Amino acid sequence: MWRRTKSNRWWRATQPEAARQDAGGALEEARAGRAELDIAPNDPLLAYFAGAHATVDLDTLELDSPALDALRAEGTRLVVPLVSQGELIGLLRLGPRRSEQEYSHDDRKLLDDLAAHAAPAVRVAQLVRQQQAEIRDRERIEQELKVAQLIQQQFLPRELPDLPGWHVAAYYRPARAVGGDFYDFIELPGGQVAIVVGDVTDKGVPAALVMATTHSVLRGEAVRLVAPGEVLKRANELLINEMPPNMFVTCLYAVLDPAAGRLRFANAGHNLPNLRTQDGVTELRAAGMPLGLLPDMEYEEHEAVLGPGDSLLLHSDGLAEAHSPDGEMFGFPRLAKLCGERDGGEALIDLLLEELASFTGQGWEQEDDITLVTLQRRAGAGDPPEIRVLDEFEVPSEIGSERVPVERVVRAVAPLGISAPRMERLKTAVAETVMNAVEHGNKGRPEVPVGIRVTASASELEVAITDHGGGQPIPESVHPDLDAKLAGEQGPRGWGLFLIRNMVDDLRISTDAQHHTVHLIMHLHDDNAGREVADDRQ
Amino acid sequence: MTANEPKVAVRRRGDVAVLDIVGDIDRDADAALQEAYDQAVAEGGSGMLLNFREVGYINSTGIAVIVSLLARARKERRAISAYGLTEHYRHIFNITRLSDFIGIYADEDSAIGSAGANGAQAHAG
Repeated sequence: MWRRTKSNRWWRATQPEAARQDAGGALEEARAGRAELDIAPNDPLLAYFAGAHATVDLDTLELDSPALDALRAEGTRLVVPLVSQGELIGLLRLGPRRSEQEYSHDDRKLLDDLAAHAAPAVRVAQLVRQQQAEIRDRERIEQELKVAQLIQQQFLPRELPDLPGWHVAAYYRPARAVGGDFYDFIELPGGQVAIVVGDVTDKGVPAALVMATTHSVLRGEAVRLVAPGEVLKRANELLINEMPPNMFVTCLYAVLDPAAGRLRFANAGHNLPNLRTQDGVTELRAAGMPLGLLPDMEYEEHEAVLGPGDSLLLHSDGLAEAHSPDGEMFGFPRLAKLCGERDGGEALIDLLLEELASFTGQGWEQEDDITLVTLQRRAGAGDPPEIRVLDEFEVPSEIGSERVPVERVVRAVAPLGISAPRMERLKTAVAETVMNAVEHGNKGRPEVPVGIRVTASASELEVAITDHGGGQPIPESVHPDLDAKLAGEQGPRGWGLFLIRNMVDDLRISTDAQHHTVHLIMHLHDDNAGREVADDRQ
Repeated sequence: MTANEPKVAVRRRGDVAVLDIVGDIDRDADAALQEAYDQAVAEGGSGMLLNFREVGYINSTGIAVIVSLLARARKERRAISAYGLTEHYRHIFNITRLSDFIGIYADEDSAIGSAGANGAQAHAG
């Protein structure tokens, strides 16, 4: 049997199994030698077979064809072209008859009939096999994507650093093909912390593996060397031997002294971070080549000081290099301008994502991973507020069990003297947030816990509720509209987030690779009746 | 019937069916409230009064149950009013705008006294 190879360029002939078994002795040996034969795409024999319409006796052919010579040499006497819808899809080749007589007219007629029936069936079989191969390819690609995602998420931080006087927020959204972004926070001696944002060129599993290696190398050197320029230099030396061809890693490495607000940083070819101060937005520049490209690289080290109220944004290509439907790039100037419009933290991240969504429009497939990390020094941070943990516990994700944690939060906050009406609001907010965490974040899997942490400073109470639904954006909830619901245009449900927002003084959502955390904030000593009346008039 | 399902008894006061709800209103309350509604309709009368005095907890899925009940009542042109809500749940009825469609009263007598006027208002809304 002959078949077209997948590349559609060469033809390959293989001996049918039955013929090999039937053939005996010397004949088998002769046939074994012609089990496979490749025919070049420009061999005139192919064109001849395609137009033959009947069994071809090779003895009668006069063609300058290497394939014809090869077929004759192996003892093929007749070739039956299989043609389906005008296309040559296979060949039957026959050696001498076993009786050693010539092929008769009836023999050839039989072969022609056989070819007419076999050709469409063979074509169907080929199509099925091709389709199966395509399905297998798709499954393999999907599987690889999952592996890449798993590797990458394994190395993203599980929690954000808790720095007195600072607010740290991070956002990561992988592209479908997983682009190799990473970020990290590394605790250093003396209360310092290293902040890393990086991007591996390439995508998929190779990028994820390089990302994992880089992550480990940086973690290994960070504590020993501390100085950002030294860490990058050493990481480059270690990575240059490990790096597959055509791959490299960009990386911004900064060390923050939270008490002084001092930030030392070095840059291995990564996007420049944006610093927002009272005077405007500037880019923090430091020269250096990406990691893993060239040996013996030096990395400039610079320093910036973040005063109270200042903030810093570190980011990867996924945002600045996103394209609009008409091919325009989001761009660094737009990013810098937006940094000036928010103080930092989740508010800035939300703004950037909103602007990105309206810039790229509906149906945009994210081109690259998006990583955003913000550091914000709180205003008046010279005197960091003392935060007390009132309670911290976990509950299983059982639907309908939200009142248990509510009662525990009530007991934890009892000493704060919150007024009865505001306590009721807190209870509803906690109940609804736990319900969302159980149902949406943890998908009702009882073994996956919801974490609840109750903290208070002199001025505010915070209940932080964490689920395991991270690594993906929280879906935008439709604003519940009672008129639409009564008219049947919206479902009756969908009140949860609406209630939560209306119950608390402030609501923040933070996300990392594994978790979503909703922070419910109630101001203390803010129990004035005026606010409640105002709420009722909304 | 689940363990959390509230008990709803239906009684009549004149032209109004009073639904006395005892328990929590969450997703499990739907069947009990719809059944009580059916019973109230079967017994005739123009309006329905929800008694929330023995309701200690309403969550967002309970709000959805009330929205479903209200949607049905509006389709069938029946007025719904309510009393016995705590300050907190009155606030929630306000911000969700349920109180635009459900007359909220302090007690049963004032609700019954205004039933006719409220019915007209609810139909107009």
